[in-house]
Amino acid sequence: MPTIAPSVDDAVAAIPDGAMVVVPRESSGVPMEATRALIRRGIKRLSLVALPTSTLQADMLIGAGCVETLETSAVSLGEFGPAPRFTAAILGKTIAMKDATCPALYASIQAAEKGVPFIPLRGLIGSDILAHRPDWRVIDNPFGNNDPIVLLPAIKPDFALFHAGMADRAGNVFIGRDRELLTMAHAAAHTVATVEKLYDGNLMDDPALSAGTVPGFYVDTIAVAPRGAWPLPLLDHYPADGGHLAEYARLAATPEGFARYLDSYVYAKRAA
Amino acid sequence: MLRASTSPSQGKVRVEFLPEELLADVIMRLIGDVRHVAVGNASPIPATAALTLRERGGGKPYVSLLGSRRHMFFTDGGRELFDCAGQGRIDVFFLSGGEIDGEGNINLVSIGDYDQPNVRFPGSFGSGYLYYVVPKVILFRVEHSRRTLVPKVSFISAPGGSAENVHRTGGPVALVTNRCLFAFDRARRRFRLESVHPGHTVAEVIENTGFDFDRPDAVPVTPAPSGDTLRLMREIVAPQLAEVYPQFAERVFGVKLAASAL
Repeated sequence: MPTIAPSVDDAVAAIPDGAMVVVPRESSGVPMEATRALIRRGIKRLSLVALPTSTLQADMLIGAGCVETLETSAVSLGEFGPAPRFTAAILGKTIAMKDATCPALYASIQAAEKGVPFIPLRGLIGSDILAHRPDWRVIDNPFGNNDPIVLLPAIKPDFALFHAGMADRAGNVFIGRDRELLTMAHAAAHTVATVEKLYDGNLMDDPALSAGTVPGFYVDTIAVAPRGAWPLPLLDHYPADGGHLAEYARLAATPEGFARYLDSYVYAKRAA
Repeated sequence: MLRASTSPSQGKVRVEFLPEELLADVIMRLIGDVRHVAVGNASPIPATAALTLRERGGGKPYVSLLGSRRHMFFTDGGRELFDCAGQGRIDVFFLSGGEIDGEGNINLVSIGDYDQPNVRFPGSFGSGYLYYVVPKVILFRVEHSRRTLVPKVSFISAPGGSAENVHRTGGPVALVTNRCLFAFDRARRRFRLESVHPGHTVAEVIENTGFDFDRPDAVPVTPAPSGDTLRLMREIVAPQLAEVYPQFAERVFGVKLAASAL
């Protein structure tokens, strides 16, 4: 039975240093309150899988020194420009980067979901993405004739971590159309979700809701975090906080500015 | 804000338009008559083109705007875009590059040695797959310079062409920049200058392009957007764009995100 944690800090306590954690793209429910909690706790050596891209979340975790390995297809601040701490970490070689392409990440996570060791994917042949991925292979399609195709190993995360609109007390989490969250929960050994609010009743009792629900069976821990994606958007709930993201882009351009940002918006809560 | 304009010497009605509006109009013509156009990350001008075309077509083509709730019919998560493309159900997609070379190779990763780069870009996004399987990929790069249009990219996120035996149902058809429109000849893996935008010159295009390309003796001027197209973009499409590209919609069209757009 999933636990309803008393706070977001409590909810992420189970995620240890060195864990492989999969997190979603900006439009699918990024757990920013949980991310701030992880940084406050000083989590280290994360193997972060951003499915299939990331923005503020990966940039902050990298800047705060929480990430050892990053596997994703892109990190930027979208309309607010390059992701400064990600860029600095690559240029300064302080993280190990596994460059991918979006569908390769979806496919690798789906392989874990199915419990199979690898999955084929079109594209990639002749690219330098493939050239720099010694863990990927090219085989000749065994059902074809002179048809090379790439094989990707399954990605089996220790934790899936995301934010969604609501959950019930049985631990079922409503995700609506953001079904990659379901794939993430299926693939990961454990799932921690933060939600805007608790739902009175059981989400599985309403067919309109149950079709967009991650069953509690796959979920370990839930915490309520109103505006838990802030300053990123939670679609159907609130837009991005553009003013704040512009401030982040400005401050995070330097290590000193980034440290000031963390003091103001991440560590301040611990001191309070 | 400065507004470009068509040359009065062309003898047409003077229509004022922004560079972004001209590029969106060029992209609308390149999209043509298709069933499904998908628009990826960081692509506000292609999004403007696709949504305007859909308004003009009374709902055709289908438009899938990544990051949108309203302009996106997918219900199976982020993978559906790629599964759809793999089956050939997406006709047009858009890609850019920190670098693009004369063979249509695009680089979204880094400049210099991959393990010790001088410059890092965000990453390849879906290019390492979609460039292979979407029949019409329209390249766009607003900054047309020798820094962006290079003889050879440092890193191939996705190649302009592939060996005979590699599954390749898609690839580049054109490259749109702030200065001009190039068409791409897949058989020869080479760009050809199709038209130069109003206010720009062939000499300037040659000066600012790092790769060789073909060009006819007389290069036409890119036609200006029609008043009707501009009206659709500004009045109907700009508020739609604000959902996914609030900064762009405000900067270019002066439209703020309305609470009802959520």
